[in-house]
Amino acid sequence: MAATSIKNLKEFSTSNDRFEGAHTLCPGCAHSMIVRELMNCTDDNLVIATNTGCLEVSTAVYPFTSWDTSWIHIGFENAATAAAGAEAMYKARKRKGSLKDNDAPVKFVAFGGDGSTYDIGFQWLSGAVERGHDFTYICLDNENYANTGGQRSSATPIGATTTTAQAGSHSYGKKEKKKDMIAIMAAHGAPYVAQLAPNKWKSMAKGFQKALETEGPCFINTVSACCTEWKFDPKDTIGITDLATDSLIFPIYEIIDGHELNILYRPKNVIKVEDYLAAQGRYKHLFKPEYKHIIELIQKDVDDKWNMLQRREEARI
Amino acid sequence: MQHLKLLANDNRGLNELENGTGLVGWNEVTQGSILPSFEGDATNIAHLKSEERTYSGYNSYTATVASWRVLKPVYNRDICIDCQNCWVWCPDSSILSRDKQMLGIDYDHCKGCSVCVEVCPTNPKSLIMFSEQTLLEDALTQWPEKKKKEDK
Ligand code: SF4
Ligand code: SF4
Repeated sequence: MAATSIKNLKEFSTSNDRFEGAHTLCPGCAHSMIVRELMNCTDDNLVIATNTGCLEVSTAVYPFTSWDTSWIHIGFENAATAAAGAEAMYKARKRKGSLKDNDAPVKFVAFGGDGSTYDIGFQWLSGAVERGHDFTYICLDNENYANTGGQRSSATPIGATTTTAQAGSHSYGKKEKKKDMIAIMAAHGAPYVAQLAPNKWKSMAKGFQKALETEGPCFINTVSACCTEWKFDPKDTIGITDLATDSLIFPIYEIIDGHELNILYRPKNVIKVEDYLAAQGRYKHLFKPEYKHIIELIQKDVDDKWNMLQRREEARI
Repeated sequence: MQHLKLLANDNRGLNELENGTGLVGWNEVTQGSILPSFEGDATNIAHLKSEERTYSGYNSYTATVASWRVLKPVYNRDICIDCQNCWVWCPDSSILSRDKQMLGIDYDHCKGCSVCVEVCPTNPKSLIMFSEQTLLEDALTQWPEKKKKEDK
């Protein structure tokens, strides 16, 4: 593994981009920050598959590609399967010695949004992880189907308004809670599972390098703030992500071999979830008196989850 | 300030599109087609800087999104501390850094989101948004003074 140096930002800035500009993601989109960081944190050859979603449609507008690596898109649901298939073929050919360069290090990566990861490609991802392929799956979690106009997914949190779970006089938006995908993937016994965020660039790069280094299937959920559907000014992508990690609505942690839980970021000043919600248009309605109890409910869930994570870390279970 | 030939001009790559050299229409693309990101051998790409690469006309690096911008970031070398915050968080790979130094902005790929301005830690900022038509020289003469710490 030829990891690039991530000792500090100056060192990291000497790495070479393999994710190119003039893709058509929205200005301020966190997807590209995350993808670019993954590609910059290694020198190894990369074989990347991508599910249908914002990332896919915006980086492969014919006749252009933004990928300086082998890259494939097949369908909405099957980046995990495509990466797994490529990995299986690579292993077989390596065994036979029929690769162009049998010693070149290659890493297999799959990207999907939360729609394709939590919902549509869930079975395919589960299968690829269960089969134990040596690949890293990265979910760019912006908590909705942003590419098709902001429909709710099972990653959309309770209380957020979406085009298919709209807030109004009789509704506070989505009624159901977010699916805990990290716990589900850890329950597969995957050797490395984590939740990471681009505002904490170093823990994110470390997590990426760890996942690429680890043999076997790894899953990483990344917080990808979406200015268009979360409704905030594009300039604030990192600021909103700071609020997300510092309010602990998106705790940063890893789970190794399905049981060893490590918290990777402990905010010095934990802020109220309210501050995170207030910064986004999709939660505006929650500040009406009739829906304020939902904010309390979200805060309670966040506190309970944080307690659980801390206790699991302590107990090493 | 620019020693490297890094900035693309607005027409690169689009020639292939307009003249149609080697390009077939979307409906005629056959199964198993590949768009090569580079001309020739690309084995060593992870070790090459963009100025050392031979991008093909299919690489979005050769395209531009400059027309998306209403405001553009202007860079002031005199205040910059080369922290590379802007480099790591620019969503459009548009901060040009070489040898741990910030060199400037790639205006062909910058969409004017202003993330770089927000994450710049200096006082005053080393990156500030100006209207697209402002000349860089003029922008530099309009730089704000250092802000005093507000009393709490
Ligand atoms: S304005 Fe946005 S796209 Fe342009 S250089 Fe700054 S961060 Fe990058
Ligand atoms: S964020 Fe500001 S100080 Fe840091 S390298 Fe960029 S321009 Fe310079």
